Formats: sequence, C-alpha cells, structure tokens
Amino acid sequence: MPWDRNQMAERAAQELDDGMYVNLGIGIPTLVANYVGDKDITLQSENGMLGMGPFPYEGEEDPDLINAGKQTITELARTSYFDSATSFGMIRGGKIAAAILGAMEVAENGDLANWMIPGKLVKGMGGAMDLVAGVGRVIVVMDHTNKHGVSKILKRCTLPLTGRGVVDRIITNLGVLDVTHKGLHIQELAPGVTRDEMIAATEATIV
Amino acid sequence: MGKIYSSAAEALDGLLFDGMLIAAGGFGLCGIPENLISAIREAGTKDLTVASNNAGVDGFGLGVLLESRQVKKMMSSYVGENDEFMRQYLSGELELEFNPQGTLAERMRAGGCGIPGFYTKTGVGTVIADGKEVKQFNNEDYILEEGIFADLSIVKAWKADETGNLIFRKTARNFNPPAAMCGKVCVVEVEEIVPRGTMDGDHIHLPGIYVHRIIQGDHEKRIEQRTTRKREEA
Repeated sequence: MPWDRNQMAERAAQELDDGMYVNLGIGIPTLVANYVGDKDITLQSENGMLGMGPFPYEGEEDPDLINAGKQTITELARTSYFDSATSFGMIRGGKIAAAILGAMEVAENGDLANWMIPGKLVKGMGGAMDLVAGVGRVIVVMDHTNKHGVSKILKRCTLPLTGRGVVDRIITNLGVLDVTHKGLHIQELAPGVTRDEMIAATEATIV
Repeated sequence: MGKIYSSAAEALDGLLFDGMLIAAGGFGLCGIPENLISAIREAGTKDLTVASNNAGVDGFGLGVLLESRQVKKMMSSYVGENDEFMRQYLSGELELEFNPQGTLAERMRAGGCGIPGFYTKTGVGTVIADGKEVKQFNNEDYILEEGIFADLSIVKAWKADETGNLIFRKTARNFNPPAAMCGKVCVVEVEEIVPRGTMDGDHIHLPGIYVHRIIQGDHEKRIEQRTTRKREEA
C-alpha cells in the first residue's frame, strides 16, 4: 500500500532531528508537526516568528498572531518575534535547517516548480523562492503523480521555476527519492511498492 | 519637535503627491496602517506605486485604494484573496512587480540603510532573475536586487512614545520596521501613545529616528483566516 497523506507527513517527520529550526509549507507539510513526537523542533513562520504553537482555542484568536498562511495561531514558552527582513535574513543566511514543502513539479536535477501555472491565476511566490534558495535542506512532500496519473517527477520542469537545483529529497506516496549528481536515487519504498513500480511512475531517470 | 498629530489626514498633510512611491507595512491584514490607508483614499492621491507584501482584500486594507483606482503599480510577493486586484491586473489597468518576500523585505531594509543594491541567491534561475545582473561569489550565482527608496512610509505599531520610539506586537511587526526605514518621511499609526520615559530603552523595536509623524488610531484588526482547535483536543 502506498502511503496516505498522514503517512507521508509521518515519514517526513523522520527527517527532523532534535534541536532543528524548521519551516513547514502549506498542505501535507503542515501535518508534519503532528509527528515530531518528543523531538525538540522549533517551527519558523516566515512572517516573523520562531516557536509557532497550535491553533488557538475558540474565542482566544489574536489578530496580531498569525502564521504565513494568515491563520490564527498561538505562541509557546520559547517564542520570539522579529521583522520580515530579519526573518528572511535567517532563511537566506542558512540558519533554518530545513524546509518541508509541497510542489507541482520536481526535476531530476533538483529544480523545483511550485508557484505558478502560466495562463492560470498567478497569486505570487510569497516566501517560497527565498526558502528554497536559503535553507539548509529542501524536502519536498507531494503525490508522486498528478490527478491524471502523470508523473510530477520529471527530467526537466515544464512550469516556471521556484528555484534551480534546490531540492535535496522527495517524499511521495510511493517512497523516498534523493537528488544526487548522477540523478534520482531511491532511498526507500512505501510498503508494497516495488522498485519497478516506482520507476514506471517516474518520468525522471532513476539511477 | 512635536511628532504627534491629531488625525491621519493631518499627519499626511503636505506629504502626498500623484505618482509617488509609498512603502506600507503589514502582512496580509495583520499590522496594516488602516487609518493612513483611509486618509490616502480621502485625499484621492493618484498613480501610486505601493511596495507592500500583499494588496489587502476587497474593501479592506490596501484593497480600498485599488477600489478607488488610486494605485498604478504594486510591488508585492503575494496578491491572492483580492478579486478587484485580479480584475484590474488582468485588464491591464494595474501593474504588478512580483518580488520574493524576503527580497522585498531586504530591498526596503537596504533602502533605509543607504544600500542601493545587494546580491542574493533568491530567484536565481527563475523569471525573477530576468534582466538582472548575475555575479558569482564562491562559484555560486547571485542576482543584483535594488534597495527601495520610498517617498513615504506608512506603518502600524502597537505603542509609540512622544519621541517616536516604537514597540510592535507579536507577528504584527512583520514588514513594518523595514517599510518604516526606507521612506523619506515615515508616518506611523499606533494603538497607544505613551509619555517619554515610560518605555524601557532596551525594549524598543524601532528607534524614533525613523519616525517623523505619529497618530493614535482605532483599529478594526480584521482576521483573514480564523483557525481554532476544540477544547477537548487539549
């Protein structure tokens, strides 16, 4: 059985080590926070916060306390606040150990596309380009194929890039792939998924 | 020296002109200068270029200046949640310059620090790099981005003292300090003005040197995405 969304998030949580400062994107990456267990992980919200807490209880929402998705959140005992220039200074400066984010396409050379589809409504890249260019490690969590069954892991991205050669590891419903100089390398297969099935579902070259 | 003004209109008097560049603080609807935006709407200043991470929502925040067709160009990183923005943009009435969020923040900070340009890895190999100088440092490509030097900064803080020292609250700080820094003149609206000497000098987030005019205003502080958890989950 391939992994479901929660299992992908659980697998992604294994990428995080004690003491890490991490930025989680929207969608499946947000679920990763549910699986860090006892590990001492500090979540960054790029609008200016380290130590992001869970959603508030009803009636305790604070309009001055939101995450990068503009959702109301809470603070923790460790929380610190700072301005946007400082926030992206720590991102660009490589102080954030890892970013876990979703993607539309990833190429075998590590190119990432996740911010626009030409001809469709363009909302903007927000902080995605800064994150993938700056953080220590970029981990993509996404479905292996799109809703038409077409591989999202390609020889070359077709969509406008968010970053060039930035992805380190890809976690999909089928397993875990690493971007290496020689091409994509299978690190792990989801239970019941064979190497041949993984290769068949992937347009990019697997070495 | 008197930095305190009695209304947003009074605080903006003599500062507004058609075609000007305004840097605005705020992230989404969090920490936005609501009163100053309303006063600019009342003043009717046209052909504005506005550097702001977002463009508000329909009918609130910078959305009100889009509605009144006062904005010629936005410099932003993300402009979702605004139908009027999209309508004007798709019909060619409104120019849009996308900036990666950190690049936008740093362009403001740089402008305020007298730095006309800086090199960054952000956007290398993407459409953001089109037409920009590429330079190698340690065998890696970086692109040149320019500092923003705004005619006016409009900013929201939590508290100011009479000398313009500012304290922000939680994530409402966001773009406000860099936006404040990059303007020739900076007008700030706060929830509370306190007497000098009542703020601890060690706790000030932005020193009053960046702040020229202050008003105290009421703030709706609209929430864009109200997310909560149930008590029993605790």
